[in-house]
Amino acid sequence: MAWERWRERGIESAIHLCGISSIGIVTLIFLFLLREGVTLFRTVPLWEFLAGDRWYPISEPPRFGILPLILGSVWVTVGAILLSVPMGIASALFIAEIATGWLKGALKIGVELLAAIPSIVLGFIGMTIVAPVVQRVFHLPTGLTALTGSLLLALMAMPTIVSMTEDALTAVPRGYREAALALGATRWQLMWRVLLPAARSGILAATMLGIGRVIGETMAVMMVTGNAGVIPHTMLRPVRTMTATIAAEMGETVRSSDHYYALFAIGIVLFIISFLINMLADLFLHQERT
Amino acid sequence: MSQGSWRRAEMAQRIAFCGLGVATLIVVLPALGIIGVILAHGLGALSWDFVSTMPTQGMRAGGIFPAIVGTVELVALTVCFALPMGVLAAIYLTEYAADNWLTRLVRLAIINLSGVPSVVYGLFGLGLFVIFCRFGTSLLSGALTLAIMILPVIITASEEALRSVPKSFREVSVSLGASHWQTVRHTVLPLAIPGIMTGTILGISRAAGETAPLLFTVAAFYLPRLPHSLFDQAMALPYHLYVISTQIPNIPSAQRYGTALVLLLLVLSLNMLAVVLRSRFRRRRQW
Repeated sequence: MAWERWRERGIESAIHLCGISSIGIVTLIFLFLLREGVTLFRTVPLWEFLAGDRWYPISEPPRFGILPLILGSVWVTVGAILLSVPMGIASALFIAEIATGWLKGALKIGVELLAAIPSIVLGFIGMTIVAPVVQRVFHLPTGLTALTGSLLLALMAMPTIVSMTEDALTAVPRGYREAALALGATRWQLMWRVLLPAARSGILAATMLGIGRVIGETMAVMMVTGNAGVIPHTMLRPVRTMTATIAAEMGETVRSSDHYYALFAIGIVLFIISFLINMLADLFLHQERT
Repeated sequence: MSQGSWRRAEMAQRIAFCGLGVATLIVVLPALGIIGVILAHGLGALSWDFVSTMPTQGMRAGGIFPAIVGTVELVALTVCFALPMGVLAAIYLTEYAADNWLTRLVRLAIINLSGVPSVVYGLFGLGLFVIFCRFGTSLLSGALTLAIMILPVIITASEEALRSVPKSFREVSVSLGASHWQTVRHTVLPLAIPGIMTGTILGISRAAGETAPLLFTVAAFYLPRLPHSLFDQAMALPYHLYVISTQIPNIPSAQRYGTALVLLLLVLSLNMLAVVLRSRFRRRRQW
């Protein structure tokens, strides 16, 4: 009996430990990024790092300005979100409100399939099929552009946006629908004037998480955006994102060099961005509940 | 409402529904298109030799056996780390946690973990496991990194499964004299297992397809032998696809499409398995 009680107490403390471990892990991630990343700011001032317009990590003297990389990420993200948010909301409306029976089931599985395709496979398809099309359509010297990245990332963001918007639409109270229909609204008027406004905060949260997904995406972006570290002026030029820079250059750096620290410092920037985005999304979701 | 404005509203609805339908096709068709293209180009390369032999001639010929083995070992190890931890964390959240600031903080942490970019997990794995813990670039470092990455997936799914067990079941168990832990262990957990499995399979499929966290923690560019221990480097399918499609020129496209197909089949069949499990579980549930 005593043995039994001890065993129980042991398991319950393991449960408590695992329960709060998430806090520890987030803290640990941030600390390790800081530990390696902050060293850079001994030689490169923070302002020069964030606003410097040249990323020449291996020239002599090296320049560690990540403005072109931030702008690269922003361009690709903006393009992807402009494409995926309207499309995502529209297909969520179709799946939640119009499709019924087997069609609904099939479409849901289709969205899940899209979500399941690994980013490296999307990148591979982007390289071999999408990039040549972009090149031919716009008569470009190369098809590896910000636009190509946006097209692929839109595909990656859509499943998140569709399924979260669908949840938000289904969560709209029944009374709202019944009232609108009783007043003689068509189903489209119901969707456009009642359901979408009522689901607004859920849709905003979906958009935030879509942005988070896109800005953190690495492999597909690295394979299709051409990786030119210059400040982009049009969607039809190669760009280089923050994530792709880390992934492409970490393998070539010398441990404990400024370049190595600079890549961790980019990691800090990404971590903070994703932190803010997720907090915002959570805020929107909670706003809805109350 | 007059006849005319009703007709206009009807017309608007018809146009809008068509628009929504087209948008839905634009979302769903690319998935089918991508799978179709890879099937069409990859099936020709697929053979028993392709999946069971070592790569040769600098990966320009031969099979992808070590990459498959690497991915399977990596994923198995990842599950060994992530599953117990994730399930215990979910039990904490549903059965033990009080509604206070600490629980709120845990939830925020989980939300944030699920949003951290995969390449940042890679940096973290490099900093903590490879360098600080001195595991080196190895299966162990990679699996630990992936485990942390899929932890939120497993916690969220397990929590949902545990919550779907009705409260009255717990009350009956406790009223019969069972302790808190006995109730969880013998009443709640068994009923939640299908849901936990679904979540775990989705986590596995995510881990199997992910490349960025492996770049600095485990991946071997070209290693025509199998890993011998936890501290060995290993090849992995997604990283292999990355290497042969961007790092090495003049690779026959059959090799690339074949690798993409094997990876896609692995990930999609795991997902389908999860979908089937989930729907069967829902249909059989009797409360």
